[in-house]
Amino acid sequence: MAQVKFNEERCKGCELCVSVCPKKIIHMADRFNSKGYRPAEVTAQDQCIGCAFCARMCPDVVIEVYK
Amino acid sequence: MAERVMMKGNEAIAEGAIRAGCRFFAGYPITPQNEVPEYMSRRMPEVGGTFIQAESEVSAINMVYGAAGAGARAMTSSSSPGVSLKMEGISYAAGSELPCVIVNVSRGGPGLGGLTPSQADYFQATKGGGHGDYRLVVFAPASVQEIIDLMYQAFVTADKYRTPAMILADGLLGQMMEPVTLPEDKDLQIPAKPWATTGMINGKPQSIINSLGLVGEELEKINVRLQKKYQEIAANEVRFAEEDVKDADLVIVAYGTSARVAKSAIDKARAEGKKVGLFRPITLWPFPSKPLSELAKSGKRFLTVEMSVGQMVEDVKLAVNGQAQVDSFGKLNGTIPSVNEVYDAIIKSFNSQGVA
Amino acid sequence: MEKVFGKPEALQERVFHYCPGCTHGIIHRLVAEVIDELKVREKTIGIAPVGCAVTAYNYFNCDVQQAAHGRAPAVATGIKRVLPDRVVFSYQGDGDLASIGMAEIVHAANRGEKITVIFVNNAIYGMTGGQMAPTTLPGQKTTTSPFGRDVETMGYPIKMTELLNTLEAPAFLARVSVHDPKNVNKTKEAIKKAFEYQIQGKGFSMVEVLSTCPTNWGLAPLEALKWLEANMIPQFPLGVVRDREGVAQ
Repeated sequence: MAQVKFNEERCKGCELCVSVCPKKIIHMADRFNSKGYRPAEVTAQDQCIGCAFCARMCPDVVIEVYK
Repeated sequence: MAERVMMKGNEAIAEGAIRAGCRFFAGYPITPQNEVPEYMSRRMPEVGGTFIQAESEVSAINMVYGAAGAGARAMTSSSSPGVSLKMEGISYAAGSELPCVIVNVSRGGPGLGGLTPSQADYFQATKGGGHGDYRLVVFAPASVQEIIDLMYQAFVTADKYRTPAMILADGLLGQMMEPVTLPEDKDLQIPAKPWATTGMINGKPQSIINSLGLVGEELEKINVRLQKKYQEIAANEVRFAEEDVKDADLVIVAYGTSARVAKSAIDKARAEGKKVGLFRPITLWPFPSKPLSELAKSGKRFLTVEMSVGQMVEDVKLAVNGQAQVDSFGKLNGTIPSVNEVYDAIIKSFNSQGVA
Repeated sequence: MEKVFGKPEALQERVFHYCPGCTHGIIHRLVAEVIDELKVREKTIGIAPVGCAVTAYNYFNCDVQQAAHGRAPAVATGIKRVLPDRVVFSYQGDGDLASIGMAEIVHAANRGEKITVIFVNNAIYGMTGGQMAPTTLPGQKTTTSPFGRDVETMGYPIKMTELLNTLEAPAFLARVSVHDPKNVNKTKEAIKKAFEYQIQGKGFSMVEVLSTCPTNWGLAPLEALKWLEANMIPQFPLGVVRDREGVAQ
């Protein structure tokens, strides 16, 4: 059981997290944050394994991982 | 206990600094100031301080930047071409408001110039030298004893205003020996420096040493603060000495080595009944403009004597502001003006307009 | 559930000003994580360079001095000699360290200053708008090598880690990369070792981190990671070239 929390306001939409997720559960949202970026989000939290690959690759400290 | 010893000017720079609490020195070899780093290299370990022979003048001033930012009384010394190289770091230290001391035992220029004493770095020292609107507090000693005294004053003033200070000497002052009285060991009462980057220990808030102001208003704010500080320094820290000025018709304005030569020439003129006096700026910035202006008002005329084409004369003219005649005697770099040369200049100036 | 990953204490809350996908942010975070893990935040003093990381004092939650272009190792020397029990690190880019600051880095390393240098190599000048760096690859187009870096007139990329490895004094020299999670972990290990060696008094340590500049390379962030792996690593091989495990001085 694991969970990731994305702080959308910090996200710049670079998609590095999307590319490294082994479960392919990170997607770019259709909405924009206040800076005008489409933030990354996780739709299927139940599939998250808490590997933190996304958080390690994130250049903007957007992601928190809980286990 | 105060000690009476014979000392070379360059050694006095180093010993004066150490007795003023300087515990960090970084420098690079250049004539005619080499006795400063040499003295520091053996003396600093005795007082638990740091001596570093830096890889360059640029590196030396930046080591001083780091050390001063970490709260130490820090200094570097060099001579004219080397001081040119330090200008970037000096501007940064002024912008980041770091108290430190830079010594220039100046020599002839421009370019590689020569090894003989010179005062041709006056503009560089007092008008900036580096980039941006900043000032250095510039002290100009005229004897080995005064070197000792002003080294102390330079560190105190730098700390008081969080600003770099400069000692502008020349090769003659650096190389000559005179008897000096070394100050007693005393509690220096170095002010606390809560702004220094010593770590966020015991809840100290973050210290940032910085001169960057990317947003227009931010930089303007920094500059307004700096200018306010410079105004305070100008109001409080002017130093000068006068000799035989009261009854003088002609006042010689000279600093450092030039003032010593001028003094002998003035004595010769006085012996012939000519009323000539000496006004010696001790701080070149802030410049003693007000007392000079008052002397001009009282009807005195001026002759500046410098070991350059004539640089300080511009500040004398600004101070006098058209109220009196200002003549200039400038000895171009290569040799020191002789007493007779200065005497001749005095006579020429004395006779040039109605002073009898 | 327990938080197992988040913002390290040694980073401030402020959002980085770096471009989307720029790996400066990863490297900042790794340095901060190491500072946290070694529990040295309160006695750490950083030195910010001139370049994209010039405002690093806005991000690191420790005391910081901003240094003139290339002079960070000299500034670090001044700080460390005055405060020998503090942890002092500089954070510098390739223009700063390998071009205008070449003398300062070589001599700080040669004196064996007990400081840690984080050297971010992205083969270009980022902040000034993508000019040729001393680390720019042969043939690489930049705004000042518009036809590609011609090695006949512009020379070859400078390998700083190998260059410093010719000196006796350095205790730890490594080149790492942040182009994938595995290498991010390795980068953190190297940075941690570099800080540990400083703390143990072993001497000078530098970690060269291969980093991306999507904006000035003209690539999307993901493509930039691939470009780094395909082009930079062959030119700048990864690995630890100096590891002086010997006794502390």
